Amino acid sequence: MGAVVLLARAGFKTPTTEDFVWPCITPHWRVGGADLCINRTVGLTFFTAIVVVVLFLLAFRKPNIVPTGLQNFMEVVVDFVRVGIVQEVIGERGLIFVPYLTTLFFFIFVGNVLGVIPGLQFPINSRMALPIFLAILTWILFNAVGIREHGVWGYTKMVCFPSGVPWPMYILVTPIEFVSTVVVRPITLSVRLLANMIAGHLLLTIFFLGTAYLLQPSITALFAVASFALGVVLVGFEMFVAGLQAYIFTILTAQYIGESHSAGH
Amino acid sequence: MSAVVDLAASTGVTGSLGAVAYGLAAIGPGVGIGLIFGHGVEAMARQPEAAGMIRTNMFIGFALTEALALLGIVMPFVFGK
Repeated sequence: MGAVVLLARAGFKTPTTEDFVWPCITPHWRVGGADLCINRTVGLTFFTAIVVVVLFLLAFRKPNIVPTGLQNFMEVVVDFVRVGIVQEVIGERGLIFVPYLTTLFFFIFVGNVLGVIPGLQFPINSRMALPIFLAILTWILFNAVGIREHGVWGYTKMVCFPSGVPWPMYILVTPIEFVSTVVVRPITLSVRLLANMIAGHLLLTIFFLGTAYLLQPSITALFAVASFALGVVLVGFEMFVAGLQAYIFTILTAQYIGESHSAGH
Repeated sequence: MSAVVDLAASTGVTGSLGAVAYGLAAIGPGVGIGLIFGHGVEAMARQPEAAGMIRTNMFIGFALTEALALLGIVMPFVFGK
């Protein structure tokens, strides 16, 4: 993008998208034309998966009737997904999807929160591979639910020819409906998550690198305090955005499944 | 995008077109998010019993609108040189 940054002294390197590309730690492993290796993103993805599995195992290994400690905390969040997301949006028929949606919510949330944990500080959803994969899973899920419920032709009719529209309008409505349901949904799902994580990571990087850069013995040390304070505020905001994006992804997945199950409320 | 930057630079304007793009892209979602939260707060004031449901839908609408603003900040990196 070649941004020209005017500062009193040259030398502050603004973070770019190159800062999201990490070098490979392990040797490259060629399998069938793909060039695989483990870098920071891949390592953090494995770490997220292990954290989610360990959290659930520890909380529900020996469940008590009256929950205490970690089981109590995890039950609150599982209940939040079960009642607040699935039952609100899909209804009683949606309870079969609660395991997948709970896992999805936790995985995205822990992956996003990694962006603010000191030492790790890289949200794994800021690389397109994971959001687009989760969006494709959502796409497969809501199309499969629709096809299983209504048959291929019934589902296509439901998506492309919505009821209650006078038939000449179908020339206009059908392409829009088809594109918005089948093409646009996974794209917006993934890009919403990706862009939120990229923007958050860039903001935090700019403010904390800026603090380090401004902390030089001159008048700019005063501004370093402001930069640091704003950075701290943004850490809190990033934690909120981490939870919000996980919630939005999960509730939109639930809504698409509910819409495929039965069109309209 | 580099052609526009070259043209602008030849007349003495330098800088990042991506910043201008984001500034323009943030107008619509800014208005939209203000509308969402304004109407949400008004609805919660009219009927406090429905505050939970209103808050849920408010956050969903906020995230959908915010996505457009964030597309604006990411696209210059996607399209740019």
